[in-house]
Amino acid sequence: MTAIADPPTEPGLRPPAGAAARPAPGPAADEGLARRLKALACTAPLHDLDSRKVNLAGEYGGYAMAEVGLAAIDLVTLHMDFDTGADRDIVLARLLPRVAAQAAGRPGAEHERVARWVLESLINVGSVDRGFRAVYGTFAADGEYVRRDYDFKLIEEVPGPDGGVYLRTTDEAVNVLVGALDTDVTSAQIAAEVKLEVLIRRGRLADAQLAAEQARYRTVQYAETLRRALDATRRNVRAVDWMRAIPDLIDEALDHIADRYRHENAILTNIRKARDEAEDPEHKRRAAELVDIVKDCIRRHTQLQTRLLEAGPLFRAEQDRQAFATPGARSGIDLYGQLLAPVLRLPIEQAVRPTGAFFARGAGLRTPSSVRVADLVELLLTPPVEREHLGAELPDPDLVATPDDSRFSEAQLESALELLDLPADAPRRLSGLLADARKQDPELPYLVALLAVHAASPPVGTAYRQGEERLLFAVDDGTPLGDPEFGGADLIVGSALLDAVGMAADRKDAG
Amino acid sequence: MTTHHDTAWAPETEPAAPAPITPADVADAARLVSFGLQAKLLPARDAEYAELVRRHREDPPFARLADAIATGMGLVVLEVSPRAGMAVAAAEDSVFAVRMGDYSRRAASESTDRFLHGLAHLAVAAMAFPRPEDLADDGYLGRITVNGVDFFVRQACRRLEEQADAEGANTDPQSDAPGLEAAWRVWARRTATGATKDARRLSGSTIGIVAKAVMFLVDSGFLQKVSDDAGGTYRTTARYQLQVRDLAGSAAMAELLDLGVVPVSDGTASLLPPDTSDELVADAGLPFHSL
Repeated sequence: MTAIADPPTEPGLRPPAGAAARPAPGPAADEGLARRLKALACTAPLHDLDSRKVNLAGEYGGYAMAEVGLAAIDLVTLHMDFDTGADRDIVLARLLPRVAAQAAGRPGAEHERVARWVLESLINVGSVDRGFRAVYGTFAADGEYVRRDYDFKLIEEVPGPDGGVYLRTTDEAVNVLVGALDTDVTSAQIAAEVKLEVLIRRGRLADAQLAAEQARYRTVQYAETLRRALDATRRNVRAVDWMRAIPDLIDEALDHIADRYRHENAILTNIRKARDEAEDPEHKRRAAELVDIVKDCIRRHTQLQTRLLEAGPLFRAEQDRQAFATPGARSGIDLYGQLLAPVLRLPIEQAVRPTGAFFARGAGLRTPSSVRVADLVELLLTPPVEREHLGAELPDPDLVATPDDSRFSEAQLESALELLDLPADAPRRLSGLLADARKQDPELPYLVALLAVHAASPPVGTAYRQGEERLLFAVDDGTPLGDPEFGGADLIVGSALLDAVGMAADRKDAG
Repeated sequence: MTTHHDTAWAPETEPAAPAPITPADVADAARLVSFGLQAKLLPARDAEYAELVRRHREDPPFARLADAIATGMGLVVLEVSPRAGMAVAAAEDSVFAVRMGDYSRRAASESTDRFLHGLAHLAVAAMAFPRPEDLADDGYLGRITVNGVDFFVRQACRRLEEQADAEGANTDPQSDAPGLEAAWRVWARRTATGATKDARRLSGSTIGIVAKAVMFLVDSGFLQKVSDDAGGTYRTTARYQLQVRDLAGSAAMAELLDLGVVPVSDGTASLLPPDTSDELVADAGLPFHSL
């Protein structure tokens, strides 16, 4: 909560000091003013909560609605996941203790009503857009004063993969909440982390918690940026710049994760020590909370990393599907490039014409029903059809048996795995393995080489999650492979023993 | 489909010389049109329909008769084939045409809602046939999801927003001229979804609007439901491709041209790059334009 009390420090929101000092109404100063007006407007729904509470039927004067509102935005931001938003019920449940504390003597049902009212007010459930609108004025280029509408949302509802409705805070809300988030996410996070380490060392845990929470907001913001880029990739390959923008973004994010992961683990060790050694119960509690926050950060990083690794294969699959099919003989209309995109650019009063024309000719036809009086009587007397609980009947899928086109047999896989079942202290070169395999079966070297190449990027995450005790790995030390059938590096293939017990303990701890 | 076709191919008592049209022929032709009006019915599922479609293809006087009946009833014949049956569309002002006001009550009074509903239909088509080749290829089956269509439009809106930001343009509409608001803003500011008391889709949300469009297209025989994933997953039918390619696309295009929007070099609304100022994604090996 303290984080919110900070004044917004986003540099972009303020005009340069020189321009503000001069009264000249230049376009830059005007723009700065407009931006500040917008920033101000974002806080209006919160102030509104307190002024509107008198309209509620009942005694609601004791509640500090703006405080509840900010807490709600806080909670949604913290519970937003990479894929979905925050669960409404969880947010409401976590909001309740604060509401209850504000008016301890009131019944629980009222607390619940207040929490729900605040959340719905922040979504602005009554309006059709479920958003807010503020009016501000600017000077146009010709010096004319124009009033403009600024539309914004604080909490928006998004569909979840399970078909449910989840909550997400918008950029505007995050700006109201912490401010300064429009700046470079990476550098802001580094600054916060450094600050955190210093604070922990000095034992100032209250400040450290604040810094850690700020760091987590930034992590969330970072994930959100990436989620959007990946989403776009999945839908429409051609809408995304896969030459520069996305690879850069992915590289940057991977570097960032590697860096953060190391850093946060170090912090975790530090705070754990602080938690266990602290004697003051307040210190102990704060340190424990910090452990949770940093763990959550690490969890979010891992999640982000998984997504990043999936991005490349996804792009290639989409490219295969879209770019390498045989071209058709005829050419059609490019619905997106020639219709949808230009229509979106038009002013609304013009845009309704093409969309209206498309609807009129593209929605299909309906046979008008005319009723005979004889039928009408029957229709009116028919009892209404009961709604089916089971839903519509599922169509039977046409299943085609896929031909068994595996190149290698089970027996071959077995003998290959046997070859690669190396003792942990005696790794071998790929060339030796290939020679051994060739003696058994001329096809076998291919399978061994394939497995060895896969071992060059071993599935560490999977092994960790499944608690496996050993893992095949392969390392390239620069020796070239001298083989009649294969080229490349003569990999060193070996087995790594994993600390299954330690990992299990770690997983339990992390969970 | 082929089996019906093959059996129907067997030589029958076809007259060698053109026979005079009998009332029975007219009845058959009208029957074919009535089959065509049942948009979900396919010749593969009905032997009589398949036989009439075959006759339409092989008996030109009968074909002319059936087409004339359809035209007289205010229908446009798009194609008569075993895969699509007698694909007919409603001509303008025909009793079969669907009006926006009947489609959605809100759209009758609110121009923004009228736009959103129309755009939803356009977006479903654009998502189902993302590339011109897909629309041209008769064998292509498009797949869409309800949530996917909304995300797709939102993404396009976001790019336009970023573009406007980069240009430093102020896209906030003037309060006294709401009609000048950019169309993408209308979709972007409408909520994607929303919780309702009875756990149904919020009808005014963009996902609700897309879902309505998709349900309507299913009833028109244009889409078939595949699963409930991602708000409902659907695949296209041959009829939808015909309708979009031969009617809807060009109708919307004509309106756009009328507004002076699409740059046309040679007078035909054939394949054009989205915008000449667009940069091709260099060396990506893809015929794709960045928006």
